[in-house]
Amino acid sequence: MPSKPLAGKARSPLAPPASFLWTRRIILAFLTAFALLPVYVMVSSSLKPLEDVTGKFQWIPSEITIRPYFDIWDTVPLAHYFVNSLIVAGAATVLSVTIAVFSAYAVSRYRFRGKRVFTVTVLSTQMFPGILFLLPLFLIFVNIGNSTGVALYGSRGGLILTYLTFSLPFSIWMLIGYFDSIPRDLDEAAMVDGCGPFGALFRVVVPAAIPGIVAVSVYAFMTAWGEVLFASVMTNDETRTLAVGLQGYATQNDVYWNQIMAASLVVSVPVVAGFLLLQRYLVAGLTAGAVK
Amino acid sequence: MTSTVTPPVRKTGSGADRGDGGARRRRLPRLPDRIRHGGLPYLLLLPAVLLELLVHIVPMVIGIVMSFRELTQFYINNWDKAPWRAFDNYKIVVDFDAPLGEALLHSFYVTCLFTVITVGLSWLFGMAAAIMLQENFRGRGLLRAVFLTPYALPVYAAVITWAFMFQRDNGIINHVLHDQLGLTDEPSFWLIGDNSFIALVVVAVWKSWPFAFLMLMAGLQNIPRELYEAASIDGAGIWQQIRKITLPSLRPVNQVLVLVLFLWTFNDFNTPYVLFGDSAPEAANLISIHIYQSSFVTWNFGTGSAMSVLLLLFLLLVTAVYLVATSRGRKGSGAV
Repeated sequence: MPSKPLAGKARSPLAPPASFLWTRRIILAFLTAFALLPVYVMVSSSLKPLEDVTGKFQWIPSEITIRPYFDIWDTVPLAHYFVNSLIVAGAATVLSVTIAVFSAYAVSRYRFRGKRVFTVTVLSTQMFPGILFLLPLFLIFVNIGNSTGVALYGSRGGLILTYLTFSLPFSIWMLIGYFDSIPRDLDEAAMVDGCGPFGALFRVVVPAAIPGIVAVSVYAFMTAWGEVLFASVMTNDETRTLAVGLQGYATQNDVYWNQIMAASLVVSVPVVAGFLLLQRYLVAGLTAGAVK
Repeated sequence: MTSTVTPPVRKTGSGADRGDGGARRRRLPRLPDRIRHGGLPYLLLLPAVLLELLVHIVPMVIGIVMSFRELTQFYINNWDKAPWRAFDNYKIVVDFDAPLGEALLHSFYVTCLFTVITVGLSWLFGMAAAIMLQENFRGRGLLRAVFLTPYALPVYAAVITWAFMFQRDNGIINHVLHDQLGLTDEPSFWLIGDNSFIALVVVAVWKSWPFAFLMLMAGLQNIPRELYEAASIDGAGIWQQIRKITLPSLRPVNQVLVLVLFLWTFNDFNTPYVLFGDSAPEAANLISIHIYQSSFVTWNFGTGSAMSVLLLLFLLLVTAVYLVATSRGRKGSGAV
């Protein structure tokens, strides 16, 4: 059950008819073009001088330059934003997945009073819009700052907390589904062999649930890395993340489109590469967790 | 010890446990009762409960309280002193003859239209891609990676690229439509005016169809191959197999998927905010942007909260109706 083979054998023993093959080619060509058009624009425009990106669009750059890739670090403190994003997204991921492992284990393996209330609450908070939590959290942070001097508003810690509003419920929900799919006999056997409940969790359930845990972590990290709403309200100059920092390339006089595209590419490559490497786990995790 | 760490996975156990609540419930008390777990589950839940209280429950209660107060910029630093206004905020935002209420109604209408079109197209594209990649052929793995790329790209990087593509004078969209194909008399504005709705839908569909593809691809893994083999032995062609086996088997996945897509699209803030900034054109003024504007741009948190609460009630209502309707449909003969 961990890492199901995805590339199954041919589905049908009959060769598909020509009508299907042609439909398939057309649909796949259209979807490929649709998916990759912005990627092409991003890559090609990031290699153009400023005069070219402010003029008419050209499919083939008349002149190729890698200057934008050097300029992006000076126009805007991109490295600083990069570090902020890394800390915030990383901490939110680790925190929510760790906590979710414990609670998903409890829900999946034990019967106790209040279980239904807990799962329903977690499930339903997941559907609420971020804007709903943004206003109160903003006021709470401002007021805590005024009354105790703890600067949550504008701090990385405060931003990490707000990111739990979406990453924690999702992680708990996915992991409950995944833990349920792991045979109960396994951790029961471990307990018979003398493991405590925590031993069973860490020696049996967690190792067997690695694909699910990876899937949840990837999802939580990606969502936090791309988050705009909380980042635009809850940060200041010091703690600004990439989501907000990228706006700095549009100045009063000029919009440095070539640098925006170069910076977009630079901040995308790590997540896209990580995601594509781990996508098998994501499908396996979804199969066991969400799509039952 | 190693045998305990990486135990052999028994397929039979997994099959019996998965989705079979009855068998699970009968076996469950056996071990936990013997070790007298007592407060253990609560201990395991404690961190999650504390954080849920902190980030969800308390803010929600405060949000509801805020919606009954006159909370302008003068009271942000000590909002407990903001004057109590009972239902005044609600009256203001639902007074559809006044400018504020009219704007809310308009943005609600725009959001509904946007959501229906975006969810429909995303589902359609995702379904087409998942079915077309179900069978193994050369290049399948590569195409899967290509289709998932929009999903993996950080929202702001992707949407800012679309904003560049939709630029009137130096964007690729006008270059293709006007300069190369000659479809428009003059270059169009895409990010202001009525066209902005089209631009918003295009970007939102581009962003969300890969998720539909991912979920449906995962759902396809669960359809037993024997069904297709039996069908093809009985002489069913591939189109018939898709219609009679693939689509009905995906019903449970579709029910979750459509609900999730609906909630995400309806609440989407990132796409319009990066595409248009904090003042979206009227034709593309989604409700989340509208609430953000009235709270953080015009600094009226009271009416902003009232709108949030109304939005929440609406989403709860739609979700409840949807869940009841789909669970009833599941019990029926299968025709929806």
